[in-house]
Amino acid sequence: MIAKQLRNLPAHLILAVAVVVFAFPVYLAVIGSTWDAGTIGRGQMPLTPGPDGIENYTNALTSARGGRIIGYPVQVLLWNSLLMAVAIAVGKIIISILSAYAVAFFRFPLRMFFFGMIFLTLMLPIEVRIAPTYKVMSDLGLINTFAGLTIPLMASATGTLLFRQFFLTIPDEYVEAAKLDGAGPLRFFWSIALPLSRTNIAALFVILFIYGWNQYLWPLLITTSRGMETIVIGIVKMMGTGEAQTDWNLIMASTVLALLPPVLVVVLMQQWFVKGLVQTEK
Amino acid sequence: MQRRVVFNNRILPYFLLLPQLIITTIFFFWPASQAIYQSVLRQDPFGLRTTFVYLDNFRDVLSDPLYIESFQVTIVFSISVTLFVMTLALLFAVMADRQIRGAQTYKTLLLWPYALAPAIAAVLWVFIFHPSIGIIGKSLNAGGLHWDYKLDGGQALLLIVVASSWKQIAHNFLFFLAGLQSVPIAVVEAAMIDGASAWKLFRTILFPLISPTTFYLLTINLVFAFFDTFGVIHALTGGGPGRSTTTLMYKVYMDGYVNLNLGISAAQSVILMLIVSALVWIQFRYVEGKVHYS
Repeated sequence: MIAKQLRNLPAHLILAVAVVVFAFPVYLAVIGSTWDAGTIGRGQMPLTPGPDGIENYTNALTSARGGRIIGYPVQVLLWNSLLMAVAIAVGKIIISILSAYAVAFFRFPLRMFFFGMIFLTLMLPIEVRIAPTYKVMSDLGLINTFAGLTIPLMASATGTLLFRQFFLTIPDEYVEAAKLDGAGPLRFFWSIALPLSRTNIAALFVILFIYGWNQYLWPLLITTSRGMETIVIGIVKMMGTGEAQTDWNLIMASTVLALLPPVLVVVLMQQWFVKGLVQTEK
Repeated sequence: MQRRVVFNNRILPYFLLLPQLIITTIFFFWPASQAIYQSVLRQDPFGLRTTFVYLDNFRDVLSDPLYIESFQVTIVFSISVTLFVMTLALLFAVMADRQIRGAQTYKTLLLWPYALAPAIAAVLWVFIFHPSIGIIGKSLNAGGLHWDYKLDGGQALLLIVVASSWKQIAHNFLFFLAGLQSVPIAVVEAAMIDGASAWKLFRTILFPLISPTTFYLLTINLVFAFFDTFGVIHALTGGGPGRSTTTLMYKVYMDGYVNLNLGISAAQSVILMLIVSALVWIQFRYVEGKVHYS
């Protein structure tokens, strides 16, 4: 028993160091959010919490104004990010479960052609077509709108592939039984396919929520008024070029607020998260 | 693959497909075809006349020393991130795969950085490596090392590699762990009975068996380094100092969105599309159906 413990000692050591190194940047951000800007700016921030935490967080949430920074209230930015993440997740799940249902449960002309069209979007992340996509957005008058921020990000194949894969595992007997009972395709979708997809929907939601919350390039291009910005964009703008004499206490308080929601989602819904990650990328 | 039993309905499936097809067409196929179309056009400086220039934009892009430079930056950056991430993630996964106490806790504590936005990772690492207020940055300077990532290109590149990798290790760790745990326990036990050392077990049995996962992660990490790290670079260095952290992706953004040089940017987009398509194709060609999780 003791021999086994000793043999595992190096593994424990390596993992413990990894855990500490992983957590250190966030620990430092939490500490930074509890001191005043002056102490940090002079490079004198200790490694233990300071007295100004409540003040910093209140300031960040309600006004985000410091000696150098004129930010936008973080509570608004958090709300924007939340709306965006939920809209992308829900929108993507709805459109992809519907299209997957069509591809899996029907036979119709051009079925594989349409499936191939959807599949192709896997090839090109939105980043590589920014300039033309931006042009399309401005032609449609969608710059600086919530629709423009969210709808283009719903066009992706991962959800469709995941649901199609799952629908193919639903036994044929279910469909035959439903037909005998006189249930049509919509009834079957609502009463059988959708309830059976519950865990897949949950797993996909977790992945897409994080995907939406962490978007960067797209909101950077599409949002032009500060009230529309997401929290991630807002913080990078607050930091600017990262001068020593800026309000690091506010930046760090906002950063902690920005990383808390997605981290909580991953930690609290870990099983769904792992399932979603492995399945959507498979 | 196709189900044996299906519903007979002529119109309904089209309605079900419609939302996704509309969004895909407007926000994917239209702009993608625009990118290809614009890549063979050139506008005069006043935007009054557009002429068809065949592949001139591509020739200009590929012979532009700045583009070649950003190609080199991208290669150095992507390979560094990929190597760094995969080595550490594999090490942690092998350690956590053992029958040790608290394995689940370690897993949770190594998983959460996946949730962070790349730009947020950048902000956190700036706070550590800032030359005058960062706890490590100022120590390096106090030690006489002249640390300033805003002046030194090599240091800037190092910092974006560290910030990007830190965020990505969690993802790779999870996949490696899943891969390792899918290796049949009997195989491992047989090797132990034969007296194989831990290293030999890893080198001759575990590593070959998880090679599909390794190969899959290789392509995923390259795509991550190409595109998803845009936030890190934009927040941390803005492509500088000089052009030392201007990757291909960052250059597309600068030329197309900031400098509004549409033809050149579109040609670059098309080149990127080809690179990504090749990576995705390789992945499907070689990995699909060979990787087993759970």
